[in-house]
Amino acid sequence: MPTMNMLQAINNALDIAMGEDDKVLCFGEDVGSFGGVFRATSHLQEKYGRARCFNTPLVEQGIIGFANGLAAQGSVPVAEIQFADYIFPAFDQIVNETAKFRYRSGDLFNVGGLTIRAPYGGGISGGLYHSQSPEAYFAHTPGLKIVVPRDPYQAKGLLLAAIRDPDPVLFFEPKRLYRAAVGEVPEEDYQLPIGEAEVIREGSDVTLVGWGAQMEVIERAVELAEKDGISCEVIDLRSLLPWDQETVAESVLKTGRLVITHEAPRTGGFAGEIAAAIQERCFLYLESPIARVTGLDTPFPLTLEKEYLPDHLKIVEAIRDSVNF
Amino acid sequence: MTMTTTADIHEPTFLAGDEFSIPTFRLLQQDGTLFEGATAPELDQAQALAIYRAMVATRVLDERMLAAQRQGRLSFYMQCTGEEASVVGATAALDDADMIMAQYREQGALIYRGFTFDEFMNQLFGNELDYGKGRQMPIHYGSRKLHYMTISSPLATQIPQATGYAYGQKLAGDGQCTAVFFGEGAASEGDFHAALNMAAVHEVPVIFFCRNNGYAISTPSIEQFAADGVAPRAFGYRMHVIRVDGNDILAVHTATREARRIAVEHNQPVLIEAMSYRLAAHSSSDDPSGYRSKKEEEAWREKDPILRMQCWLNEQGWWSEDEEKALQESLRREVLETMKRAEKRPPPPLDSLVTDVYADVTPELQRQLDALKRHVRRYPEAYPKGARALDPDVQADDTAAKGEK
Repeated sequence: MPTMNMLQAINNALDIAMGEDDKVLCFGEDVGSFGGVFRATSHLQEKYGRARCFNTPLVEQGIIGFANGLAAQGSVPVAEIQFADYIFPAFDQIVNETAKFRYRSGDLFNVGGLTIRAPYGGGISGGLYHSQSPEAYFAHTPGLKIVVPRDPYQAKGLLLAAIRDPDPVLFFEPKRLYRAAVGEVPEEDYQLPIGEAEVIREGSDVTLVGWGAQMEVIERAVELAEKDGISCEVIDLRSLLPWDQETVAESVLKTGRLVITHEAPRTGGFAGEIAAAIQERCFLYLESPIARVTGLDTPFPLTLEKEYLPDHLKIVEAIRDSVNF
Repeated sequence: MTMTTTADIHEPTFLAGDEFSIPTFRLLQQDGTLFEGATAPELDQAQALAIYRAMVATRVLDERMLAAQRQGRLSFYMQCTGEEASVVGATAALDDADMIMAQYREQGALIYRGFTFDEFMNQLFGNELDYGKGRQMPIHYGSRKLHYMTISSPLATQIPQATGYAYGQKLAGDGQCTAVFFGEGAASEGDFHAALNMAAVHEVPVIFFCRNNGYAISTPSIEQFAADGVAPRAFGYRMHVIRVDGNDILAVHTATREARRIAVEHNQPVLIEAMSYRLAAHSSSDDPSGYRSKKEEEAWREKDPILRMQCWLNEQGWWSEDEEKALQESLRREVLETMKRAEKRPPPPLDSLVTDVYADVTPELQRQLDALKRHVRRYPEAYPKGARALDPDVQADDTAAKGEK
């Protein structure tokens, strides 16, 4: 099985999708001959032509507005927003249009073919405007699906699933892992399910929930906790909307404890939603308060980003506090 | 790669924006005769009468539905009054399979393409037969069969979508284009710039049809832009543009026909600015007496596009007063009958609250729906529409749901 980094896996998924269906198109800022600023779309223009892989003008609301129309027409657009920080000019098109197309027309028209790819997250010395995790803004919007892969294998399988999903998908890629995460990725076509969490480690004392780049951080925290004799169950949510309540609730019924972690600021972050839903379903089984390990309620800093980020040490402290409550 | 090139100058010479002014294309005078030197488009009697009928039907529908709104039978309404020639004239110049993406004042396009009064009423009353399943405010029509994209309330969002839709049509190679309608106020939104720029860069067969009707709710166009209308912006995108008298059916039709040829044969976008006037209020919630004079409205009423076309039809010997009277009467009767039918129809089923959010109902949505059904059945008098729309086999669901809790 070949080894790929996350960008190669994404590129490979796009290549497969475009090769299989000539309705699939890739576009965005610098996506054409340059292959995207991170090179996720490398060589796609060479292979599939300028009509199917191209640069757009620098206008995010235009990219997504265009993509909405294209998807309504029956094409399968994969639109790239260069950084998730710059998705906000397209907020109206995503929240009011993409998300509601099928509902408002009674399914006369839909934009189910649309996938929006955007690199998100910190740890790359990107400061305020190249590090944000905006998933919670979109998770409040019925009609969207939100998917976040944690490694190259997932990136390929989930991206292929997103492109072929009958609903529009926001696909947030952890850019810190673009080149850092390397792993075995099958060459052939495969898909991973959207809407299902994955239990990646079984344990009995505490449940840990995260997604994307945080999964690697959780793993490091778990190694420390296990040295203390704490048995951790680790769940990668993979899809934030819809999210897999069953898998998380089942785990918490078993462990009685839950620690949730994300890079985005705490207030209004998605961890709050998970905590609320799980206490509704598992209240009498909880041994300690549900803990959140998150970014601070500040813009994302530059110099002190290590301090801002929810790292393995902060997570292991939360695990210990939860177990010793 | 082509780059912008300019001749060098060696003195600071500024070009002023007010040097741009664009002429208005006109063919038909108010008395029904052509301007000297003007030629009418090729329009046979049958098509001319179809256009005229659609314009009159739009006016009748608008008058009756505004009255229905005033009687409290309808929550909201928007009229096309004064702009029928722009909307119907343009639509008649398109191929029936071209996509139309409208703003919210283009019911004339639907009427011309054959949307029935029953179909209008079902949407206006949001009953079980509404294609949009009672989810949107009145006037948010859509028809896949008639290639008319369902209306969305947020302003101008349809403009870049039209560029994308038309790009897909170009790739499909079926020779179709998209026509997108919007007002001069919507042209201030960023979506307008995004749409025109992308269409010009990517050579997309899309017709941007701006209905310049003088007002964006209460804001007059003079407070909307300092330039000579919307049309000069096309130069900035290197795009074909024409300004046309929007109350002149023959001019609008000719201009749109030519725009479609440019779009489809050359894969080039075209901007049309139709100069008209919104004779009616912005919507049934608006009162124009607060921001414009009766005198101004009267002056425009004398330029009524329907009367102008009627005069032209009379000049051709294609229409008579008797036919006019019969048409008006039959349309009024039909509107009233279909309205009564639609009012009596039940609301969409309660299950439609959660369908079409996604292609499939998610487990969480199903849980929420089940809980809601239990609640509605407990308090049916508090939720009369919901109780009426409950499906009959809830009993089974309910037992299952209780077990889950």
